[in-house]
Amino acid sequence: MKELISSPIFAITITFMVFYFSTMLYNKFKFILLNPVLLSITSLIAILKLINLDYQTYFSGAKIISFFLGPSVVALGVPLYLQFEEIKKRGVSIIISIVVGSLVGIFSAALTAKLLGASKTVVASIAPKSVTTPIAMGIAEKIGGIPSLTAAIVIATGVLGAVIGPAFLKITGIKNKVAIGLAIGSASHGIGTARAFEEGELEGASSSLAICLNGIATAIFTPIIFYIIYNIL
Amino acid sequence: MIQGLTIIFLFLFLGDSITYLTKIPIPGNVIGMILLTISLKIEIIKLNSVKPAADILVKNMAFLFVPPGVGIMIYFDLIKTEFIPIFLSYIFSTLAVLYAVGKFQQTLDGEKNERAD
Repeated sequence: MKELISSPIFAITITFMVFYFSTMLYNKFKFILLNPVLLSITSLIAILKLINLDYQTYFSGAKIISFFLGPSVVALGVPLYLQFEEIKKRGVSIIISIVVGSLVGIFSAALTAKLLGASKTVVASIAPKSVTTPIAMGIAEKIGGIPSLTAAIVIATGVLGAVIGPAFLKITGIKNKVAIGLAIGSASHGIGTARAFEEGELEGASSSLAICLNGIATAIFTPIIFYIIYNIL
Repeated sequence: MIQGLTIIFLFLFLGDSITYLTKIPIPGNVIGMILLTISLKIEIIKLNSVKPAADILVKNMAFLFVPPGVGIMIYFDLIKTEFIPIFLSYIFSTLAVLYAVGKFQQTLDGEKNERAD
């Protein structure tokens, strides 16, 4: 029995099944907390605990699924190309908005965590939380964080942005399609971008662009802001 | 489909090679995305040859985040010890970024959008 559930086939099958049912539930009720990614992650954690399967064994099979994240980020180049003209018209405003967003993201995360008493290691792990996992892990490592804790927080941030992003922007009166896409991509990278595509092609493409630009800006600014918070403020 | 995947993996490999050789702190997949956009723009790559495969990957991207997401279970103990600062700063900062970027972009770009609608 143990051998069966330790196999990659089991890990992959259970992941597909859980996501399939989560998507069905979400499509049926359209309730934001039933976000398929959030529901799948929590259900799978519960299942793994229940059948007493450790994460390493599960992931050694399921990583075949997440392997396709690399090519799917490359594939974002297609919608980006299709919306190129729309985006180009707003070149300067997009760069300003994303740089502001990057600064706000790092400052608010690091300063809030520090003021609430987090250790320096945790502050360093949470500071780059808005950007895509490989960039965030690289930044965290450079400023003394724990890269794998960063990865966990980054995914959680992505889920949060995908779950509340569109509704939150609606409440705050943000209706501009490019603004919605950039905001979701800047706050919650790839997971948010997948959700932004549900809003529309232009929202999705803007979100893809935000992953890229916010990643670069955050890589530059995080070490500087971290230094300011710990040595000047 | 095969043609599209070939192109996408080629750009991924190209992006990874650039990251590896130049040691810039940007992941290869992000560089691959930029190069693919440019190649479509200057028509080295035809849209039809890559779009079917790209559509499938982009449409199902959320699913691919599930396995690493489950990984948060390993950090439950670490997160528990500093739960309040981690949780509050994570919520506050995510909302702050959403609002700041959305508001800035909408304000700077307001007129254009109304015409587009």
